[in-house]
This record gives sequence, structure tokens and C-alpha cells, in this order.
Amino acid sequence: MLLRGKAHKFGDDINTDYIISGKYKFKTLDMNELAKHVMEDLDPHFYSKITPGDILEAGKNFGCGSSREQAPLAIKFSKISCVLASSFARIFYRNAINTGLPVIECDTTGIESGDELKIELEKGVVINITKNETIIAQPLPSFMIKILNDGGVVKHFQRYSDLKFNV
Amino acid sequence: MGKTITEKIFSNHCQRDVKAGDLVIAPLDFIMGQDGTAPLAIKSYSDMKPQYIASSKIAFVIDHSAPSPNEGVSALHKLMRDFAKKNKIQLYDIGEGVCHQLLPEKGHVVPGDLVIGADSHTCTYGAINAFSTGVGSTDLAVAMASGKLWFKVPETIKIELSGNLPYNVFAKDLILYLIGKIKADGATYNAIEFTGDTISSLSIDNRFTISNMAIEMGAKTGLMEVDEKTEKWLAKHAKKPYQSVKPDPDAKYKDIKKYDVSDLSPQVACPHTVDNVKPVEEVEGTEINQCFIGTCTNGRLTDLRVAANILAGKKVHPEVRLIIAPASRQIYLKAMEEGIIQTLVKAGASIVTPGCGPCVGTHNGIPADGEKVLSTANRNFKGRMGNNKAFIYLASPATVAFSALKGAIADPRKI
Ligand code: SF4
Repeated sequence: MLLRGKAHKFGDDINTDYIISGKYKFKTLDMNELAKHVMEDLDPHFYSKITPGDILEAGKNFGCGSSREQAPLAIKFSKISCVLASSFARIFYRNAINTGLPVIECDTTGIESGDELKIELEKGVVINITKNETIIAQPLPSFMIKILNDGGVVKHFQRYSDLKFNV
Repeated sequence: MGKTITEKIFSNHCQRDVKAGDLVIAPLDFIMGQDGTAPLAIKSYSDMKPQYIASSKIAFVIDHSAPSPNEGVSALHKLMRDFAKKNKIQLYDIGEGVCHQLLPEKGHVVPGDLVIGADSHTCTYGAINAFSTGVGSTDLAVAMASGKLWFKVPETIKIELSGNLPYNVFAKDLILYLIGKIKADGATYNAIEFTGDTISSLSIDNRFTISNMAIEMGAKTGLMEVDEKTEKWLAKHAKKPYQSVKPDPDAKYKDIKKYDVSDLSPQVACPHTVDNVKPVEEVEGTEINQCFIGTCTNGRLTDLRVAANILAGKKVHPEVRLIIAPASRQIYLKAMEEGIIQTLVKAGASIVTPGCGPCVGTHNGIPADGEKVLSTANRNFKGRMGNNKAFIYLASPATVAFSALKGAIADPRKI
């Protein structure tokens, strides 16, 4: 999977309440509607700044807080193609893979907002085109790549009628 | 090589030798969804078009917005009710209580179990020796459709606690203190084992408070061993046989941390992160507008009793609103039998429906801009209680009750 877009930088400990406020999550199952409020408490105009394919980038412990899957879904439906962070909270990480939102754990310190990035997901390689730098990340286990390629665990399940590690 | 509690529980469930770091698909003993996560899981479940549903192992709980504050939520609640009825799933409707109180209270979880819940504080049942962890809605859907889930078996951090807690210092102060030390991401991807004579000295109610907040250090679960107190508690609640799990003496830990808590002060987590913890001395006198006692952290009978003892015969400060949500109907009833509810109401408290109450900002007490709230909940993130211009402080029921009388954050050791 090859991804390309410009970076939007956020800080450390971005919790799920910041990604999508609890007050919206209980109101609707319409993810396109939720996506309009993504990161709203940190940047009220964030949604309007996104070009499809753009990449969200953050520091440590991204997605900490609640188990709300609306968090990765709001990001995915806002047309962000991938999240890079120096570390993720584990429920967010699971939810992202399960809902088909690519996530990569890597050193994000050198990436700035507006940098043009290219990502080779299978290899775990992030290329900062603007800065002409390459960041090597830990590649995802093949099982997770499989789920992402299937488009999330729901589609994976549709295909195999079960959870399958070795397919 | 010896095994941790986590490695043993996964080995038992996978029927092979499993160690930290292994990626496994494991059968589950129990599966929970609440009204913030189950609706999306129902949608994913339907999209998956499965042939099966693990009905007998599932419970749905309507607690986060209960009773419903608007028609959007009502529609989601109806979706849950209809789905549960059609698929013979146990549903706990409005007023039954908070999911993490109900699952152990109703006997759905016992020691040695592997449990998932679509709610981050599912780690609570570690206090009764179950590996329980929070997941998202899609995981819940997969679990419902297959009775199992994928896991990466976590490494374990052992936390050894020694010493008796001082007068009017409680389990909540202890866990806040640990979070302040270990920080919000200090245990990410790891399980925790809480052990030591401090844990043995605590009631099961108080142990739940500690395991409940393991997630605030990023942990997958917060496990404890079974002792006589646990056995006694289980005799009243457990509905199935169980086999408790102990770690091997030579188990391999990622880290072992030791703390002596005999001199601990009451602790307060300050806005806007749970790990921004200060001893009460440093924030004493901070004026507050609203107090909240309740939640899956501190809405249990023991907590209400502590609050009632402090508030008995007194009046809440005229400029403070005190809201109380018992964690379950059973607790509510017992608190009435003991006269606790009368005491609290006479002191000026508003009792709201057992459930999450204002914890997550859906209804029942959303603060105004600039207001300060002192709460017994487990999270104080910006916007958590429904207003991102409010300030949330977290403390024990004793600190909250005493502060409600004073109108400002107060030290319960001065009672
Ligand atoms: S009481 Fe609060 S923390 Fe506990 S389950 Fe409800 S919303 Fe979550």
C-alpha cells in the first residue's frame, strides 16, 4: 500500500476526546457527519484544511483515553490516509487496524506541518519528500497488513467468515 | 520459565504454551458492549453477515446516556434493545447501573476469565483476577460473531505496594499517586499486576477502584491475585465455577516497581490530564462549583458510605452543586437501606440515575464555561464532562465530600 499526502502536525497525548468529542459520538452513526468535527477542540477549522490523502502526524501516546472507535473512523472519513505517531495508545491502535486506518509508529520529530510525505506501508518506510529524509519504522505484522488490505476487519470477516492469521 | 498471570490466562485459553509478545486468537469468556459502543458494533456485526452469535456470553448495558437525553440517543438505545431481544442477549437497561459495576456484581466475570468489553475501563475486573480489557466496536462485533478475538499477549509490570493507608487516605489516592509517577503512557501495551500487603488490606470495592484506572497509565489490564476477601466476595456474586490464577515465583516481568504508601497524602489529579497529580496540600483552597461522586471508579457502596459519614448532619456549601450517581441499582437500594441516601439528600446532594451520570458529558450536570468540578471519576480531559471550557479535578470520595462542604478543595485528614 503506497500512501502520499501532506502532513498535519499535532502534539503528544492527543486523546480520543480531542479527536472526536464525546458529545458527538452518542448522537449519530453517520461517520461523514462525525468527520466534520475531527480534532475540532484543538483546531476548529481542521476539517476544512484536509486534502484527501493527507497524513496526520503526532507525538507520543496518540489516541489515549476512551475506546471510542469513532476516533479512528472520524479520521478515516475525513479522508486522512494514515496516522504517524511516535507511539499509540493500544485501544486506538487496535481500532485503527480494525477499521482499516493505516497507523505507523515512527520517529515523527523531524516532520513538520505541510511536509509532503510518501509511505510504503508493507516496508514501514516513510519518505519526507520536502525534507528529502527517510524514516525507517517497525513494519506492521503481516496479519495487520492483511486486515488493512482487506479494508478493515469487517471486510476481512466477510471474506473468510472468521478471523484468519495465515491467509 | 515461569509465567505471569496474563501468560497463564492466555495459555489456558489457547490450550498451548503462550508467552508475552505472542500474537494469538483466543476464545472469550465474556463480552460486553455499552450504549456508546454497541450501536456501532451492531452495525459492523450486521455488515459482517455472520452465521453465529455468542449470545450466552454477551451483555449489553445502557448506562452512558441513561435515561436518554435526546431522540438521537433514543434511536440508538432502541437499536440495542431490538437487537438484544432478537438475539437473546442479556440487556441491562437504564437504571441498572454502570457496566463495570454490573458485570462482576451480576456474576458474569470470575477469576481466570478472559473478557473483553467495548469500553476502555473494562480493565476493572482485573481486581478479581480476570484478564479483562477494553476494545472498540469492531472488536466487539468480531467477538460477538466468533466468540474470540486476536491479542498480542502483553508483558507485565509488577507493582508492589506496602504499608497501610493513613487516616482518610484511600485506594483512589493510591492509584492517582501511581498514575502521577508512572504517567499516562508508562504502561502502554503492558499488563499490570498489583500486589503487596496494601492490596491485601483493601476491600474488593477499593480494589476495583485501583484496577479501574490501570488504563490511565495505558495498561491493558490491572490484575490482582485472589485471597480470602476475594473468595468471600465471589461466594456472593459468582455464578459459575472458577479457577484462580497465581503468577509463578520465577515469572518474567518487564519491570518491578515498589512503593511504600504509609505516608501518602490525599491526591488530586488537576486539569487536563489524569497524570497531572498533586498532593492535596498543593491545591487546597481552590474554589469549586460542582462536585460529583459516582462512576465505575468510585460509585460503590463503600464510597457512598464514606461520603455520607462526612456529610451527615451538615449542608453542602451554598455555591456548590453536589451530584451523586450510585454505580448500580443494587448499590442504590443498599444505600437506601443503610440510610445513606437520606443523609446525602438532606445534606443537599442531587441523586441521579445509577449509571455513568455526568462522567462523560452526555447529560446530568454539564459544567458552565470556566467552572471547576471536583469529581471521583477517572478522567479529567478537556471537554470530558461536556464542556471544553470547564476544569475537572479528580479525587477520592472523602476529598470530594469534604470539599463540597467547604466550597473549595479541602484535605479530608482535617475532618
Ligand atoms: S462511569 Fe464514566 S468512566 Fe465509567 S464507564 Fe461510565 S463513562 Fe466510562
